[in-house]
Amino acid sequence: MSRELSIGVDVGGTNTDAVVIDETATVLAHTKQTTTDDVTGGIRASIAAVLAEIGEDREQVSRVMLGTTHATNAIVARRGLDRVAAIRLGAPASTEYPPLLGWPEDLSGLVLAGSAMVGGGHMVDGTPIAPLDIDGIRRFLDDLGSRDGGLDAVAVTGIFSPSQPEQELEVAELVRAHIGASTPVFLSQEIGPIGLLERENATLLNAALHSVARSVTDALVTVVAEEGLDATTFFAQNDGTLMSLDYAAQYPVLTIGSGPANSIRGAAHLSGTENGIVIDVGGTTSDLGVVVNGFPRESTLPREIGGVRTNFRMPDILSLGVGGGTTVDRATGAVGPGSVGYRIATEALLFGGDTPTLTDAATIAGASVVPGRTLPRQPPRVRTALVAGLERAHLLLADAVDRLSLGRADLPLVVVGGGAFLVPDDLPGAGPVVRPDHGGVANAVGAAISLAGGRADRLGPQEDREAAIAEASEEAIAKAIQAGADPLQVTVVDILETPVTYTDRPTLKVSVKAAGPLARLGERAEAR
Amino acid sequence: MTQSSSAAPVRDRPRAVGVEDVAALAVGAAIFGTGGGGAVYTPRIVAEQALQQFGSVPLVTVGDLGPDDLVMLMSGIGAPTVGVEMLSSAHQIDLLVREAEQVAGRPITTLMAAEIGGSNGVGPVGWASRLGLKVLDADGMGRAFPDAAMISMNVAGLSCDFAVLSDVVGNVSVLKTVDLHWLERHARALTVASGSICLGVHYPMTAETVRGAVVEGTVSAAIRVGHALLSSPEPVAAVARELGGEILLTGKIIDLDRRTEGGFARGSVTIAGTGEDRGRLQRLELQNENLVVLEDGEVLVSVPDNITIIDAETGHAITTEMLRYGQRVAVLAWAADPIWRTPRGLELTGPRAFGYDLPYVPFAGVPTAGATAGGAR
Repeated sequence: MSRELSIGVDVGGTNTDAVVIDETATVLAHTKQTTTDDVTGGIRASIAAVLAEIGEDREQVSRVMLGTTHATNAIVARRGLDRVAAIRLGAPASTEYPPLLGWPEDLSGLVLAGSAMVGGGHMVDGTPIAPLDIDGIRRFLDDLGSRDGGLDAVAVTGIFSPSQPEQELEVAELVRAHIGASTPVFLSQEIGPIGLLERENATLLNAALHSVARSVTDALVTVVAEEGLDATTFFAQNDGTLMSLDYAAQYPVLTIGSGPANSIRGAAHLSGTENGIVIDVGGTTSDLGVVVNGFPRESTLPREIGGVRTNFRMPDILSLGVGGGTTVDRATGAVGPGSVGYRIATEALLFGGDTPTLTDAATIAGASVVPGRTLPRQPPRVRTALVAGLERAHLLLADAVDRLSLGRADLPLVVVGGGAFLVPDDLPGAGPVVRPDHGGVANAVGAAISLAGGRADRLGPQEDREAAIAEASEEAIAKAIQAGADPLQVTVVDILETPVTYTDRPTLKVSVKAAGPLARLGERAEAR
Repeated sequence: MTQSSSAAPVRDRPRAVGVEDVAALAVGAAIFGTGGGGAVYTPRIVAEQALQQFGSVPLVTVGDLGPDDLVMLMSGIGAPTVGVEMLSSAHQIDLLVREAEQVAGRPITTLMAAEIGGSNGVGPVGWASRLGLKVLDADGMGRAFPDAAMISMNVAGLSCDFAVLSDVVGNVSVLKTVDLHWLERHARALTVASGSICLGVHYPMTAETVRGAVVEGTVSAAIRVGHALLSSPEPVAAVARELGGEILLTGKIIDLDRRTEGGFARGSVTIAGTGEDRGRLQRLELQNENLVVLEDGEVLVSVPDNITIIDAETGHAITTEMLRYGQRVAVLAWAADPIWRTPRGLELTGPRAFGYDLPYVPFAGVPTAGATAGGAR
């Protein structure tokens, strides 16, 4: 008998959703449970619920995939973070900008065990900036070891390490040899591209999230063991691909954008859309993203997380203040920005309350929001305001779709979420509107169907463009296989090229992403 | 040149730049970057740290300078892509200023940004705070330009006695070149040898020579524009108003063509109008900075007038390197400082100086009180 069922779990701030899908990615069971403080409770309840639904087929579950915003929440709430020693290689370059510059003080106070800027690093052409200061690193570690509080992890960031990776690796060995292998060491080359401070910040956050990540991966392992499932477990990451649990524990920062990424991929899959726009209409906001060749389009702008600037790649999400609970001004028909949120069931006109909302506006226009329920009679002025409000909401939605559509009016628009009725079938600027089944758990579906992927960057002369792309591709493919991809099916899915000026030879930065379906059981490469 | 570069009426000038002004200065300098000038985030945080530690910086006008004052221009030169990775060293600026004082034979009292646009407009404030120096409320461009010769002192006929470059490793070089073109050439070669990024100081000036040779009021203007952007509920309109400029088009980027030629990032960007501008199409020619705006085959604005692509919602400037397909943007234009509209100014920075066979038609912008813009569109 084939064992090709997968469970997808999405741990959000409010709900923990789960689905079971088969090898054709058809949804067999789905549930929405409440997220618990310990995370484990919500995961346990949601997995138990879908397993109960499939009965004896539970034996066929071979994989469990989890996406979560837990790491983001830990940074934002300053909760459970580890103390990190920051080592930067590249002095005297960059010493005007010490590590953690620009961090909110409460966060840097929690996270920083100590920092050192030592000789090392490379220039854009590979020339060493200074010899590696091995003694300086040892002295720094000895100093820290004798201080109160000590350190939980080490983060190493070398100037131009994404194109010159060897030195960071050397320092990792050095640190392990000096303070023992039990303290985890994190290298910036594994975390982000060119952009020293942002990459260093991401590496530091990653190191600080080590224990938090471990608690979530442990929670998933615990629940899977409790249920007696003989399944491999995975985490979803920012770019809509999966990584092994060990890898997730090592690189938690890569899970930070996985919620929206899963939502986009899940919606795209449920609707059979490889290229299109996805809109998730909730109670307070509509979140729009673009799916390109099955993957979420990524933002290229620096992102702040908990007040810290980082540069790892996140899905390009546009949030609008248009949701089912968004209020409509009873005099002018102005839309939002307020929302009645979860109180919609008592405060909206449709449910006997006295706050006009977009849900009421859609009902007036003929949408059947709650079958059998009709809007209580309203004064003409309120009716006019609601009609105007819906029109305005449609304009805002059309504008947002237009903004993301790259000039193509034929891209399908996939609509999911509880407020999907707000999106009309004939939205200007949008192609065919698709409303897939199970749109409410698109995020968990997205986790369940993710591929395994990897990314690599290279800087090189323009004339060696093809060599640079080939090298980066090779590394990206290796990383994807490391993350669990089937070596026979992994392919390059994205190549980004940026020219570099002020160099003696025209120079190019290339960034390559590779991805592929997960290796079948027994064939999976051992993850690190 | 005795007037501010912007058409805005003369207001109470700030007499100092405090730590609370740095964010606004950075945001404003990015607008003045006209697509180039590099990212302002890193110089901003380091300037904030310096002002926090060493206090506010006196912001002086040309008229405030006395016989003992020596002004020098500060600039960072190099590739922005490298600049975000190989940042400057803590001692780089001290080495630079010390060497320059030795060559000049007298102390430097006042720093001035070579260009207000982008990162170069922000750095001097932090360095001045750390070194206990003043900052001149002026710069050499009133925007950003890609060539060292495109500087107001060159229009005024002032020669550059010497320049000093320092790099991240600690190498310091003194350059005494016959003119600015040779300076640009040598500075570029040294910059490449230094890993594609350097800090430089050049154009020593006295209270006498600085008069009429700089674009005045640009530091305070950048701070004003920045504050307007950050505090207004409608930042796009607020920025245009503060500059006496105009929003030419609001739309989204539908095509982007970029390549590196002769050390410059060249290319073009096509923006399709949305909302009220639906159906209109503009193309911008780029070379590090935004150079020309075309619509229906007609030139709407060209260098030396200022063109900045800004985020259609937040009003923040988007540098040419950060332009992306699908971005939602507004095209902002405002008149160049009068010094660039002189024959010598146009020879250096007009469309022909950038290889475009186009006559320069001055951009009128929105007439504001007291402004007498030349030419009509």
